Amino acid sequence: MSNKEKEPFFSAKNMKLLTSPFGANNPVTVQILGICSALAVTAKLKPALVMSLSVMVVCAFANLILSLMRNTIPSRIRIIVQLVVVAALVILVDQFLKAFVYDVSKQLSVFVGLIITNCIIMGRLEAFALNNKPWPSFLDGIGNGIGYGIILVVLGFFRELLGAGTIWGYKVIPEAVYDFGYENNGLMLLPPMALISVGIIIWIHRSRDKSLIEK
Amino acid sequence: MNKQSNTYTIFYAIIMVVIVAAVLAVVAAWLKPIQQVNIDTEKKSAILGSVSLYNAEEASNDPAGKDAYVDKAYKEFIVDAFLVNSKGERVGDATAAFTVLGELKVAYAAEASKRELPVFISKDKAGKVNYIFPVYGKGLWGPVWGYIALGGDLNTISGVVLDHKGETPGLGAEITAPEFEGQYIGKKIFNNEEFVGVVVTKGAGSSEGNDHAVDAITGGTITCRGVQNMVVGCMSDYVPFIKKTQLK
Repeated sequence: MSNKEKEPFFSAKNMKLLTSPFGANNPVTVQILGICSALAVTAKLKPALVMSLSVMVVCAFANLILSLMRNTIPSRIRIIVQLVVVAALVILVDQFLKAFVYDVSKQLSVFVGLIITNCIIMGRLEAFALNNKPWPSFLDGIGNGIGYGIILVVLGFFRELLGAGTIWGYKVIPEAVYDFGYENNGLMLLPPMALISVGIIIWIHRSRDKSLIEK
Repeated sequence: MNKQSNTYTIFYAIIMVVIVAAVLAVVAAWLKPIQQVNIDTEKKSAILGSVSLYNAEEASNDPAGKDAYVDKAYKEFIVDAFLVNSKGERVGDATAAFTVLGELKVAYAAEASKRELPVFISKDKAGKVNYIFPVYGKGLWGPVWGYIALGGDLNTISGVVLDHKGETPGLGAEITAPEFEGQYIGKKIFNNEEFVGVVVTKGAGSSEGNDHAVDAITGGTITCRGVQNMVVGCMSDYVPFIKKTQLK
């Protein structure tokens, strides 16, 4: 409201909010948030993608709603208010998935409910939405959702490929390779290897962007 | 107004909770019928799937919609449904049988002698009769359930559909893969009149030539053991009914 001129919807500042979580400010590899769910749902590509979309929707709308409410929230119960808003949104997402894309909702099962506890959402609410206007907050939510999604999809791709020899459920490693003695790496499907994979992604990310390396 | 005062905080919390509760209640009530149709459609398609009378691709391409397609196929192919008690007597009608499907957990939690379990009978276009038995058990992380179809001899398995709530993707969750379910086809639950069911054995190919076993999934041992307990345990509840029907 203090701005004299109306800022364009996709100003450079707003675009930065949207795109910085893709790389330099990635919620998973830089802020190290949302690791638990990144390990849990990435054994296959499809649930990883649907989970990313759900988190993006919840993160964007939670940011938006909290930002609209930000001037009325008593600071002593702000965490509770955030939780209520996030929980309500997650329940709505879950109900809509169950009603309109039942098969997908079955695949995600418990993980939809666990979006409530995803640290990225609470983290962005605390760090951004409570101090910023609705539109930038909304973009920030979308950006962080996509940033989280990128990592999940990369993880899901490699874990499914190396662990099960499939992509999106389709066999991609030809039978001949198996005849030659190749075997799927079952460890890839288990959480420990997912954690190691996240570590490798962080390693690659930092070696390409030296500014991320702490002194 | 002092936003940090106790009165403001308490009223803020109360109003927020009431609004959220109202929104959720309205949405839940509005979506409930749509969700129920989905659940019924899923059960019907699983029943039809266990006797290979359900084609997912055809269903989703049907102009009338998947729900209508499944409903029509269900009415066409499922010729009889009822509940049976532990003595193998028929105790409930088709509606009751379908209702019990929604609460199989409760049905199996009852004492063995008081259980009333659903049975579905299908007849395909060629007149081949199958008996479909819903089963329910425990996996690693949550419930597993399924439908086991026996052919006209009430001994040979003609098809199996398995499902689960939240088994590990890529490991235990593979019980729903056609590779695992397909292993059951042609297996027999009786060994010379004596009920044995179908167990799982460790290692690919370990069940080769065994009429009463299938290969477990590597890395999904506990889920597979749950499936084995379910198949053997639940099917044994149907034995009185099966014996009685075989004699006819």
